[in-house]
Amino acid sequence: MKSLAELQAIRDKAKQNMQIREESDAVKRVVVGMATCGIAAGARPVLNAFVDEVAKRHLTDVAVTQTGCIGICQYEPVVEVMISGQEKVTYVKMTPEKVARVVNDHLVNGNPVVEYTIGAYQK
Amino acid sequence: MRELSLNVLDIAQNSVSANASLIQIEVNENTSDDTLTIIITDNGKGMTHEQVEKVVNPFYTTRTTRRVGLGVPFFKMAAEMSGGSFSIKSEVGKGTIVTAIFGLSNVDRMPLGDMTSTISLLIRCNCDRDFIYKRTKDDKQFIVDTRQLRTILGDVPLNEPDVLKWIEDYINENTTAVCGNN
Repeated sequence: MKSLAELQAIRDKAKQNMQIREESDAVKRVVVGMATCGIAAGARPVLNAFVDEVAKRHLTDVAVTQTGCIGICQYEPVVEVMISGQEKVTYVKMTPEKVARVVNDHLVNGNPVVEYTIGAYQK
Repeated sequence: MRELSLNVLDIAQNSVSANASLIQIEVNENTSDDTLTIIITDNGKGMTHEQVEKVVNPFYTTRTTRRVGLGVPFFKMAAEMSGGSFSIKSEVGKGTIVTAIFGLSNVDRMPLGDMTSTISLLIRCNCDRDFIYKRTKDDKQFIVDTRQLRTILGDVPLNEPDVLKWIEDYINENTTAVCGNN
């Protein structure tokens, strides 16, 4: 059974890691639309997949967050990737299966996955 | 929506938007009454009497990107189609209480689904707010209160990956202890 003492140990370990992290502030943001439309279309597993993938690769410069309705409900789940100094990329109809590629190609290697973007869907 | 935990996630976001600093989510299974009750209480900005009346209407919303707002109507429909009921009590400046009662064994009741995922996501994305999660089945209950966790964590944030992992495991283990394997 998980105990509060265990949480104290996690705190002590996290404090050490935090000092390392402050030096490399999050410069890449993954924003998942989590209004009624996004949630109903499956945004929760998509957000969880991003969190897991980012944690697995120890990408300390990536922040995964949520937002409300972006206004294109027919394309939900919608995910926006913002990297400072670059244009925002909007991914549509996201699934947990697509997440690994977005993290690998876009967040790590800097190449947006064009076929998942809204531009590719609207053609 | 395919599971009630997604409705809870959606409704709790309304509390976040209403600037609540403390949001309590209560899931209560009562086998003798054959009810499943979900209560979401916040200390946000609240609504006027007129807003409370309008909020169950799908064509009412405060957002500007669309003219429909389906979160509350979906939750109400889910409760009513399982033979249950739905109510909202709200006071401007004090907060809002959303109560949905479901027929526990009703075939039209949606499964509760992954509540752990809902709670951890709410904490992860709103680590400046506090959450209380109460899970009850008959005479057994467990409570997670982020205010209590904060006193242990000090200046380590709740959305630290290892902390969230602990919270998820903690909720899962306690849910199994209270409710058995469901």
